[in-house]
Amino acid sequence: MNIVVLMKQVPDTWSERTLRAADNTLDRDAADAVMNELDEYAIEEGLRLTEAHGGEVTIVSMGPEKATESIRKALSMGADKAVHVSDEALHGSDALVTSAVLAKVLERAGFDLVILGSESTDARTGVLAAMLAERLGVPQLTFASKVDIDGSAIAIHRLADYGYDTVEGTLPAVVSVVEKINEPRYPSFKGIMAAKKKPVETLTVADLGIDPAQVGLAASATEVVEWAKRPPRAAGVVVTDDGDGGTKAAEFLASRKFI
Amino acid sequence: MVGCMLNDEQEALRSTVEEFAREVIAPVIGGYYERGEFPYEIVAKMGKLGLFGLPFPEEYGGMGGDYFAFCLALHELGRVDSSVAITLEAAVGLGAMPIYRFGTPQQQADWLPDLCQGERLAAFGLTEPGGGSDIPGGMRTRARLEGGQWVIDGTKAFITNSGTSITSVVTALAITGEQDGKPEISAIMVPAGTPGFTVGPEYSKVGWRASDTRELSFSSCRVPAGNLLGERGRGYAQFLQTLDEGRIAIAALAAGLAQGCVDECLRYAGQREAFGQHLGSFQAIQFKIADMAARAHLARLAWYDAAARLVAGQPIKTEAAIAKLTCSNAAMDNARDGTQIFGGYGFMNEFPVARFYRDAKVLEIGEGTSEVQRMVIARQLGVG
Repeated sequence: MNIVVLMKQVPDTWSERTLRAADNTLDRDAADAVMNELDEYAIEEGLRLTEAHGGEVTIVSMGPEKATESIRKALSMGADKAVHVSDEALHGSDALVTSAVLAKVLERAGFDLVILGSESTDARTGVLAAMLAERLGVPQLTFASKVDIDGSAIAIHRLADYGYDTVEGTLPAVVSVVEKINEPRYPSFKGIMAAKKKPVETLTVADLGIDPAQVGLAASATEVVEWAKRPPRAAGVVVTDDGDGGTKAAEFLASRKFI
Repeated sequence: MVGCMLNDEQEALRSTVEEFAREVIAPVIGGYYERGEFPYEIVAKMGKLGLFGLPFPEEYGGMGGDYFAFCLALHELGRVDSSVAITLEAAVGLGAMPIYRFGTPQQQADWLPDLCQGERLAAFGLTEPGGGSDIPGGMRTRARLEGGQWVIDGTKAFITNSGTSITSVVTALAITGEQDGKPEISAIMVPAGTPGFTVGPEYSKVGWRASDTRELSFSSCRVPAGNLLGERGRGYAQFLQTLDEGRIAIAALAAGLAQGCVDECLRYAGQREAFGQHLGSFQAIQFKIADMAARAHLARLAWYDAAARLVAGQPIKTEAAIAKLTCSNAAMDNARDGTQIFGGYGFMNEFPVARFYRDAKVLEIGEGTSEVQRMVIARQLGVG
């Protein structure tokens, strides 16, 4: 089975993240870059599926040159090879443009199954799986907490507030995963050493037959117009229980629309 | 490695173990420590990560790394917890390494695959109640050949990993006769559960409380003659290298502890307020942390140098002793300053710095005391 896992390098959620004043795009220099956490689960699921059913896992990542670090990590976890789309022209691309570029890569590489995290921790649009499925004309099975494959049939547990729905489809398909799905492995030293020898193909938009004018900030359908820093955390409310603590706590939760 | 910079693979290993220690060990180790319980679940996960096979070739189930990589892992574990770090150090450096280095192909095939996976642990019995580095003066354990078997009698003290439920074998050094009027020392492998081999209860230790340390006794304990590890009469000589290497490993662990104190204090100094200001805004605290960071840095360079020389096949006796001495000093000093910065909380067991304080002392004792390191250094320099 030919599995492609989409992986994005994002600023570390633990560090102070910000946008660039010049064009309201992500300031990638301001924070440490790490692999998007949900993508680790996507890679793990890809590896488990190929361990069970055979085949190989290809990592596809779109991002600046620095993303090679995260690609190496994905390979050291056990993925077989990688495609890195890296081009200055891509800077500032929104989800719609990104999906167009990734769809080209996927058409070129071929796939039985595309797996990705259900969202990235930077933009958090969570729409990529749907856009890709639409562009590729294949089923989308999203928010998967469990994936089962039997021949060309695929079934997932789709996470819901009340539990899960079982969603079925046929391969080829696009699956987005949630963190409940598995526990990602750490790369072993053997994996780290082996990753050095695994092929990474680097592509520009021209290599994909895409006009550079069709990607990037200028070609994007959406734009960040204005933004503000997150306000500092306000002090909490201390409820003293004078016999009516329960009522006060309930009133507080109601005021925040939690109940 | 170029100078003191890690290459890409070393850095990838370092950051992986750092992440593992932060995510898997840090949240739960305090509980194990408090209960004095061996953390089997963490050890199993370390095994899956391949840490127990780091310096061994792949044909034995190892990871194909080297001693430097092993020390890097110890350093990163030591930043978070010393009990798991010493468990790894003893299992690999003292337990499996002599089997890899001196074992027959059969002995290697029998023991190494499980040891490399971390599914089993091996221990090394050198120290006795009467002495550790004082060989053979402090050694009383004897073994004699009788009917194709070694018959072992004696007692070993402070033996790490010797009494866990996954301990498979203990290599004991014993006096096996006389050569030129001097005691002949050999190494003999004793599988766990051999009749006559008794594992004592877990010691009540000041630190390293989540590691397994026991007294062992051998009473007419019989094992096949083929359990001799390496050459008869070369027991001490062939383990000198093991002990020198072990000093670098302990140095790496100690440098990790020294850095762990810095990590904890940086976090705390940014949060804790005193007299209306962040703790970190006081120069008394800034200077303390600066000194701690400097010590941790130099400690790291000391073991990097010794380990790089070892991997390059150069003599390491002096550098290993210097690294062990320097790093254990740094650990002790940083643990003392770190608990001081935490004030009253530094005296509470639930805070990692308190654990570091309790764990630091043994670093000046185990694998050759600081006094023994100074003896080694002086002797290498040709004084005395």
